[in-house]
Amino acid sequence: MIDLTLILAAGVASGTVLLFAAIGEIFAERAGVLNLGVEGMMLFGAVAGFSVAAATGNPWLGLVVAMLAGGLLSLLHAVMAIHLRAEQVISGLALTFLGTGLARVLGDGLSSVGAVATLPRLTVPLLAEVPLIGPVLFREQSVLTYVGFLLVPLAVYWIDRTRPGLHLRAVGERPAAADAQGIDVVRLRYLYVLVGGLLAGLAGATITLAISPGWFGDQTTNGRGWIAIGLVIFAQWSPLRAALGAYLFGAIFRFIIDIQGVPAVLGFPNPFQAGRSATFFLEMLPYAFVIVVVVIGSREALRRRVGAPAALGIPYVRGERGG
Amino acid sequence: MIVRLEPRATAPRWLQAALTLAAIVVALAIGAVILAFVGGDPVRAYLHIFDAAFGDIGVLSDTLVKATPLILTGLACALAFRMRLWNIGAEGQFLLGAWGAGAIVLVPILPAGMPAFVVIPAMMVAGALAGGAWAFIPGILKARLGVNEIITTLMLNYIALAWLQFWVFGPWSEGGFQQTGPFPREAWLPRLTDFAAQIPVLAGLTTHLGLVFALVATAIMSVVLSRTRWGYEMRLIGDNARAARYAGINVAKYVIVVFVISGALAGLAGMSEVSGVVHRLQDRISPGYGFTAIIIAYLARLGPWRVVLASILFGALILAGREIQPSGVPAMIQGIILFCLIASDVLLRYRVRVGRPAEATATAPT
Repeated sequence: MIDLTLILAAGVASGTVLLFAAIGEIFAERAGVLNLGVEGMMLFGAVAGFSVAAATGNPWLGLVVAMLAGGLLSLLHAVMAIHLRAEQVISGLALTFLGTGLARVLGDGLSSVGAVATLPRLTVPLLAEVPLIGPVLFREQSVLTYVGFLLVPLAVYWIDRTRPGLHLRAVGERPAAADAQGIDVVRLRYLYVLVGGLLAGLAGATITLAISPGWFGDQTTNGRGWIAIGLVIFAQWSPLRAALGAYLFGAIFRFIIDIQGVPAVLGFPNPFQAGRSATFFLEMLPYAFVIVVVVIGSREALRRRVGAPAALGIPYVRGERGG
Repeated sequence: MIVRLEPRATAPRWLQAALTLAAIVVALAIGAVILAFVGGDPVRAYLHIFDAAFGDIGVLSDTLVKATPLILTGLACALAFRMRLWNIGAEGQFLLGAWGAGAIVLVPILPAGMPAFVVIPAMMVAGALAGGAWAFIPGILKARLGVNEIITTLMLNYIALAWLQFWVFGPWSEGGFQQTGPFPREAWLPRLTDFAAQIPVLAGLTTHLGLVFALVATAIMSVVLSRTRWGYEMRLIGDNARAARYAGINVAKYVIVVFVISGALAGLAGMSEVSGVVHRLQDRISPGYGFTAIIIAYLARLGPWRVVLASILFGALILAGREIQPSGVPAMIQGIILFCLIASDVLLRYRVRVGRPAEATATAPT
């Protein structure tokens, strides 16, 4: 029997991966830099964190290294996009190739290591006893899941309510005006691309050190970096909506795994039981769903005349177009 | 002292060529450093790549076999990129093309025993149609709703792979293995080695008719892009879509048509690969041709004939790369090549001036 509470709880855990990656990308894009290298940064972070944790037995050290690894790759993109004024789409793709390749090179032989020391799981006293939401959100969750809970309001508050957040939005919407106000456009763009990279690395480590520990090559992320980018469009660059989307997708991923273990549904043999070829239709689900939510997001953007940050993808050169 | 970038209108052709070559050399050097760092022997690895790709006529033929799908998918990307349509979905369109071509003999759509001159054109049409239909989805979503094509094409790659897997693990599986049975001989593209009875030199050479498809497609695309109104209007749209719209060009129609043709080229690549090389369907028919195609299109600076050259280079890398451990090395080198290319681009678009700060502030850019 499928236990809905367990699916949702596991969905929240698995959604945390997407949450970190999507919020990181929101920071970079709100500053006007499109970074399509999320998948590469995640994989690189995932393998870096995992190998350090495997070598030292300390998952916290692995976590830090994973974030630094993601951040390091993001700086490469930042140089290309900000200083060399490269086509950001191509540079982001290059980052994905590079990150994937590096991860495979570093991960060579790691898949036999199996799960190593993982980050602790916690149950929040009192909150865990709240009916319905308690068992889903606060029971036996990885410590990173709680970090995710805290990150969402923090990101919303930072972007919408603080002075640095105002500067961030100005840099992404009207860099020339921001520049005239004395805001250092280049420095802020570097900073937020870096934030995106750190969070992508964290997302990778969330997989290998907490949610599904171990190293499985490219399958470790399995396109989740790209799903995060789709979520950003769906979320209309709002961290709160990104979080809702992330947890929803987390639940879908979880459901796909769980339903394969069930021999029968309502008395009928389950066509999606593991080993049957129909399971491939299940595997399409999250990706098809991304297309659906991106279409919804795009339609909404057309109707409400809101959308991507105005200067997204456009290099800023003092005195040139893009102001 | 300060370094400034001044935009330049046009770059000389020799500079383009020189920078592209320099980018490749620098990328290989960086790759060597990383290889040495992780404990590999870069000199041996590169010598091995060269030897395993161009060492004798046999491996050269194998390199061309690898280059064939790359040319077609590379053209697919180059065509779309000219309009700044980021078709990252050549991989999925390739898989759908292979599936469509396979359907002709596996369903079977044509009865068994039909001659090759019927079966092969039918497979070509089916492959191109399937790939084109797959690319129609992101095309229409982009044209009508402004949906970001990067996301849709990428997601469709994953869906295409699962779709192909369903058929080769399920209805078309041979004895429960993850592949179909072999295609009948009529569904095989002729290879050079098939003529070894008449011309003994050709024995063992696996280069197949797909290479001719690829070169014909290159020639057609080259002419269409440089000598027809379509090519001219596509260039207008790529340079400035809004201006093109004001000039009365139906941009939405171009978006859809270019996506479909791009997908059809990638689909033809899939057909050529299963009919010319694999001779059956399985899920591992592409080592990422559709992704490498993106780099090839960029390396070729979107020129059709240059796509052929770049494809041969990458065909060599993929062919020889199979035996290099660890397996991520070719992907890593591809990523580095792409980075070096975009970094070198800055020298094409801008003149680098080194001057004192006083000078820099005195000359206000336009």
